[in-house]
Amino acid sequence: MSHVARGTGRGGFITGFLILPLALYLTFVIWPYIQTFGYSFTNWSGQSPTFRFVGLDNYAALMKDEVFRGALWHNLLLLVFVPVITILLALFFAFMVNAGGRSGAGGVRGVRGSGLYKIVYFFPQVLSLAILAVLFGAVYRSDAGGLLNGFLTRLGLVDPAHPVEWLNEPNLVLWCLLMVVVWHGVGFYLVLFSAAMQSIPKDIYEAALLDGAGRAQTFFKVTLPLLWDSVQTSAVYLGIAAMDMFVLVSTMTSGQFGGGPDHHSEVMATVLMRNFLYFGKSGYACAMGVVMLVLTMILSIVTLRATRRERIEF
Amino acid sequence: MGSTSAHGENSTGEGLGRRDLIKRSAALGLIAVPTMSFLSACASGGDTTTKGPAKGAVSKDNPFGVPKGGKMDVVVFKGGFGDDYAKAWEAAFDKKWGTTSSHLGTQEITGKLQPRFNGGNPPDVIDDSGAQQIKVDVLAKGGQLADLTQVLDAPSLDDPSKKVRDMLIPGTVEQGTQGGKFVALYYVYTVFGFWYSGKLFKEKGWSEPKTWDEFLAVCTKAKEAGIGGLAHQGKYPYYINVVIMDLIAKKGGLDAMKAIDNLEPNAFEGNPAALAAVEAVYEVVEKGLLMPGTNGLTHTESQTAWNQYKAAFIPSGSWLENEQLKQTPEDFDMKFLPVPVLADSKLPFEAIRAGAGEPFIVPEKAANKAGGLEFLRSMLSREWSTTFAQQANSLTVVKDGVDPGVKLRPGTQSAVAAVKAAGTNTFNYLYPDWYSEMDTEIQNASNELMAQRIQPKEWIKRAQAAVDKAAKDPNAKNNRRS
Repeated sequence: MSHVARGTGRGGFITGFLILPLALYLTFVIWPYIQTFGYSFTNWSGQSPTFRFVGLDNYAALMKDEVFRGALWHNLLLLVFVPVITILLALFFAFMVNAGGRSGAGGVRGVRGSGLYKIVYFFPQVLSLAILAVLFGAVYRSDAGGLLNGFLTRLGLVDPAHPVEWLNEPNLVLWCLLMVVVWHGVGFYLVLFSAAMQSIPKDIYEAALLDGAGRAQTFFKVTLPLLWDSVQTSAVYLGIAAMDMFVLVSTMTSGQFGGGPDHHSEVMATVLMRNFLYFGKSGYACAMGVVMLVLTMILSIVTLRATRRERIEF
Repeated sequence: MGSTSAHGENSTGEGLGRRDLIKRSAALGLIAVPTMSFLSACASGGDTTTKGPAKGAVSKDNPFGVPKGGKMDVVVFKGGFGDDYAKAWEAAFDKKWGTTSSHLGTQEITGKLQPRFNGGNPPDVIDDSGAQQIKVDVLAKGGQLADLTQVLDAPSLDDPSKKVRDMLIPGTVEQGTQGGKFVALYYVYTVFGFWYSGKLFKEKGWSEPKTWDEFLAVCTKAKEAGIGGLAHQGKYPYYINVVIMDLIAKKGGLDAMKAIDNLEPNAFEGNPAALAAVEAVYEVVEKGLLMPGTNGLTHTESQTAWNQYKAAFIPSGSWLENEQLKQTPEDFDMKFLPVPVLADSKLPFEAIRAGAGEPFIVPEKAANKAGGLEFLRSMLSREWSTTFAQQANSLTVVKDGVDPGVKLRPGTQSAVAAVKAAGTNTFNYLYPDWYSEMDTEIQNASNELMAQRIQPKEWIKRAQAAVDKAAKDPNAKNNRRS
């Protein structure tokens, strides 16, 4: 009796605290989503409060929109490559920094100067994407004034009369952008994985070492299984980042809100923005937003499900 | 127009990010649409509570009834012309009418203003320009713009016996008309063509080319001298489109131009003038006469390279001089060149594309709409026009609107000379204002052409496809020119 009373009392207390944040969340996060959903069934132009209900027309048009389909394909490509490359590099560096060292009494330590490496690796994360866009704009600049072109010209690999127009090459532009994302992300995930690695008890490593495990074996048999939760979370985050890509594409590539040359670097978000703000097709853009939301949710669920494993306790 | 450094959206800088923007505009929609009535046929934009001062008395000196001591809310695009001119105007306006002006100079016109339009509290005057302008056609369709015909019919400040309409250069009214209503005052008179350095040409002994063959010859000589022939703002194919379209208009005459604006089925395909123009531009590419790397450069990068004598010519509008003020060497001697003509052209070499840029608009729901209209009337006075020419190094649509005492920079001077030489031989395309999507598609095709990934015939095909697609726009029948 008294137990139950105490239970509801505490419940009411907690509810009291939660009700305001929950209301705010519903009003400013969930409600706009529902509104976007509503707008996606209209021909709203985005510049006026009047519009007409058009049913599923926007979604039907979306299915036939080659530009959007191309963008979706690019997002999926990025979805595969961004997490895989970033996580592999981050894991490798994190392992070397934390457990890659071979000398020393304990046997478990990073390579020499690992403290410095951590700071250096983390540095790109400090820069905002806008700065990155400017920075890499200078790297990829299409004339001899660009860092890459200047370098390659010096080496005699590129003819100064025909410099590589990095971001204006249909086959290169997406990879150039991918490079920037990976460069930006590796440091953060390195630190994340480092933290996770440091929480692994040293005795496990020592035991592995005593049994004669090499670096590779230590990594695959000990480190990776114990880090699995972090890797999984990282994959979801990076996947969501790959579904977005808006800032980089829109500032670095040609075209209104980026996506050039000729839609070769288009991602869903850039097509969405162009329709939303430039072509005056905001209802149509809202339909794209809904598709993006659904895809991102599916992606998160699939990633979490597919990577589920037996949790290892230590 | 093209005079900006903020092409593209930046969601990490100041101001609204993309997600925030969508969320907030949706949230504003929430206020505008009180129930879930977005599913109903025609949700209207809530009650616009009448705020701001009451209307003043209408008189001859005050045709719109500007209230004394009210507020003015002015938003201008801060691009190639800066925004000092607007500050000077606002000071003059406040002095005359006792108003308090709030000023915002920004490049993020859409980001800052879209929520305000949707929320029903737009500013009183807007210079709706730049890469992130809110398209005038979209605003007009949404009924957001005040009819500015009343400004045209009001007495001119310089000569009250005349109407404002009579003080404007021809074409101003046509350009600002959408669906039969005059809604946008395109204020800055702009001429388009090539630009070169008088100093470089003098040094090398080159003369101004009048035909396309002579143009190619100068480019070839430039290449031999180790510099690029033609530079263009590759990241923004808007600029090379100016060259292509001007060649078409000059070769095929005004009918060829109107065919494009009127979305005719043979605007590009089956039009020999169009093919000849595209082939002429492609010849520059094929012969390697482009400045190396120019296809991937931004407007500032390529223009600065041109200012460093790395290329002979660059296409642009007459905002170029002011935009490049800091990068141009003292003795550069900037000169304007009308686009040279192809053989058997219908228009003479002197003909130029001339039009007005920087659309100034007054929102229908502006709190101080009378003030906004009066502001526009003042802009069309000689005094304010001179202020603009001095502060922004550019001409306005006011006829003889600059005091003869004002000394102009060399580029502007040569542009004025070109305008005089052209006389009535001016033309202007309207499709970029009417059909954003078609414009974008043609720009994409031009980018491919300049990078030698498609041939002229393929360009024609893609441009025609863009035209045919635009012809399906229900608005297409309202946007006709003759």
